Amino acid sequence: MDLLILILQGIIVAATPLVFAAIGELVVERAGVLNLGVEGMMILGAVSGFAITLESGSILIGIVSAALAGGAAALLFGILTQLLLSNQVATGLALTIFGLGLSALLGQGYSGATVMALEKIHITVLSDIPILGAIIFSYDPLIYLSFGLTGCVAWFLAKTRAGLILRAVGENHDAAHALGYGVVKIRLAALVFGGACAGIGGAYLSIVQTPFWVEDMTSGRGWIALAIVVFSTWHPGRALLGAYLFGGVTVVQLHVQGLGVDIQAQVLSMLPYIVTIIVLVMISRDTLRAKLNAPACLNKSFFASS
Amino acid sequence: MKTPILLELSEITKTFPGVKANNDISFSIKPGEIHALLGENGAGKSTLVKIIYGIMQPDHGQMFFGEKLYKPSEPFEARANGIGMVFQHFSLFEALTVAENIELGINKEAASKDLNRQISEISETYGLPVDPIQRIGSLSVGECQRVEVVRCLLQKPRLLIMDEPTSVLTPQESHLLFQTLTKLSQDGCSILYISHKLEEIRMLCERATVLRDGKVVAQCSPREESARSLAKMMIGSNLKTPQPSKPAFGEKRLSVNGLSINSTNPLGTSLCNLVFEVRAGEILGIAGVAGNGQTELFEVLSGERTVDKNMVQLDHRLVGHEGPTKRRELGMCCIPEERVGHAVVPDMSLWENCILSARTRQKLERNGFLNIPASHNFAEKIVENFNVKTPSVKRDVRSLSGGNLQKFIVGREMLQNPRILVIMQPTWGVDAAAAADIHFALNELAETGTAILTISQDLDELIAISNSFAVISEGRLSEPRPTINVTIEEIGLLMGKTSHFEKNEQNDPP
Repeated sequence: MDLLILILQGIIVAATPLVFAAIGELVVERAGVLNLGVEGMMILGAVSGFAITLESGSILIGIVSAALAGGAAALLFGILTQLLLSNQVATGLALTIFGLGLSALLGQGYSGATVMALEKIHITVLSDIPILGAIIFSYDPLIYLSFGLTGCVAWFLAKTRAGLILRAVGENHDAAHALGYGVVKIRLAALVFGGACAGIGGAYLSIVQTPFWVEDMTSGRGWIALAIVVFSTWHPGRALLGAYLFGGVTVVQLHVQGLGVDIQAQVLSMLPYIVTIIVLVMISRDTLRAKLNAPACLNKSFFASS
Repeated sequence: MKTPILLELSEITKTFPGVKANNDISFSIKPGEIHALLGENGAGKSTLVKIIYGIMQPDHGQMFFGEKLYKPSEPFEARANGIGMVFQHFSLFEALTVAENIELGINKEAASKDLNRQISEISETYGLPVDPIQRIGSLSVGECQRVEVVRCLLQKPRLLIMDEPTSVLTPQESHLLFQTLTKLSQDGCSILYISHKLEEIRMLCERATVLRDGKVVAQCSPREESARSLAKMMIGSNLKTPQPSKPAFGEKRLSVNGLSINSTNPLGTSLCNLVFEVRAGEILGIAGVAGNGQTELFEVLSGERTVDKNMVQLDHRLVGHEGPTKRRELGMCCIPEERVGHAVVPDMSLWENCILSARTRQKLERNGFLNIPASHNFAEKIVENFNVKTPSVKRDVRSLSGGNLQKFIVGREMLQNPRILVIMQPTWGVDAAAAADIHFALNELAETGTAILTISQDLDELIAISNSFAVISEGRLSEPRPTINVTIEEIGLLMGKTSHFEKNEQNDPP
């Protein structure tokens, strides 16, 4: 039983950075922009969150600056792709490479240092319920924030006028422009939001999950987050599910390694990625579904010619 | 007493790099009148209405709406003033529902909670049935337009701008639209009606302003003019009228035998047992509202999508399984609907684009090497024979205007001496003079014995040029018959015959 609780808790902790990054990217893609720089924005969030927390002593300030760093990187991407009309795929890849390099540079002095990890919230009565309390009510505030964020984004996209406008921009930017909506402005706002989310996701790695800084510590999670967005067919709830699936496989394989099962460790480490690929393939087999849900203007440049 | 004026334009001028799209335009619209804005493509109609709707701002000049200075910097302001617009290329979002689309097109203040009730109220009053919860992607073009109109009417407009509303409608649908517009104008709403279809303007509009090259060239009362005199004002010269060729056809050139395929596009239409043939010298016209299987049919004919080899026959050869290159070699040339990106590569020069299509039939390539002088000559021949306006064949195709581009594409395929020519929307978005040239060229080609298949939504065009006629609807083709015996009403009935129920079911997401 204890092991099960431990695994469940582990899954939730492992999945949270992905939830943040995927939900952020989902909003960006719904607005019709493909930002492949998630990995770069995450690692920038991780390094700046860690460094600022260490310098200021406040985790809150650290997380806010991680969000700012991610948002700034996304804004850079936005200026290049939305205003200067550079290619989104190429710019996104460049952003990833840029983020990895810059974070290694910035993080040079911080390798080996540690910060106090974010503490878990203890809710009287609720957290003391046996088993359930441990599974549901024993986490740090960021995990609850990730749930809240998913809910808010789902509500925003489905129920609000602003959300409708955002989807409209992703669906047909020419029509949205003709109706008088500022396509570029809306996309920039979505990008900054997505970047901030990715930054928080990165900071969760360096401040909460493993409270120290290592180069390249995101190790491909940005790419997984991108895959999760496609997996979710652009629905926030399913994105949460996808993140937990990946997080689940990651944690389970760690425990399997711990139990000393006779499979090579490298093979087990591959598992989460293989599962992600398999799920993606299964989903894209149903092209009809994917085509109907994908924002029609995804990865298309918008230029108000008239 | 002076007559009240709803909208007055005074000396509106708008310049784009190299073109004066609007040059010193002044006219006025009275309350409750249906005012036509007439002109060829590129005459500046679209620019002008975009200025009125606040999408663009004029360089000079002023507008007065209801006697007050009116200077919209955004469409929101135009809508707040009571100006609504129905766009030519609909400003609808396919994946969203009707209600969501309507909400997007009205200002925040107007988007109240009982939107659905308001929608049904408007649709009852004006006879515009729409279902708020359906997705746009599953609607026909006519239904889409109804959604646009309802969206405008919800804001109780004082002026409604309609940009080429009937270019995509069946005659019956157009007729319904005219009834709605007439009722609206009786209720006091002015309508600015943009079109180059002269007959409907003569029927519907009380006054007309004619634009040519960005200037107002005439103001008239269209009911007192003939279609011919209006056309003359519009293009500044007389039109050539095509003469349908004599119905003396040669041997069978193209035959399609029981063609059935599923569409690869989730919002497309599957084809069901198509049977027809085109003989030498014949022009077969296939009419139909967009999205009834024309794209799928074209893909099969051009060879972009291969099918069972028995389904398509060129002369005596079964070629259903052959690709485009082989078919071209055998004498079948195809002109798709999408010009930029499908018919030509915009960032390549005219002569390079010639190689892409004519390399086998004109021997512009040998052993993998390009024959550049021959390509230049071929391109120059097209430019000369088809009167394409371009400074040089080395220019990028991108630089050609719509009508010039189509003349170039049509010329490129026709000068390859095809045995069979398949052409889709031959004059879509092309101005009247260029359209007349293209019709003329098609007739000439048919007289030399080429079999021509035309797929178009423009009924007047098909009736003017084709000898035989069929209608495609929901992926099924009516029996081809001689054009001489059919009337517009009959065709309209065939086009709208099948209900959209079946199609909707297919398109609903799982």
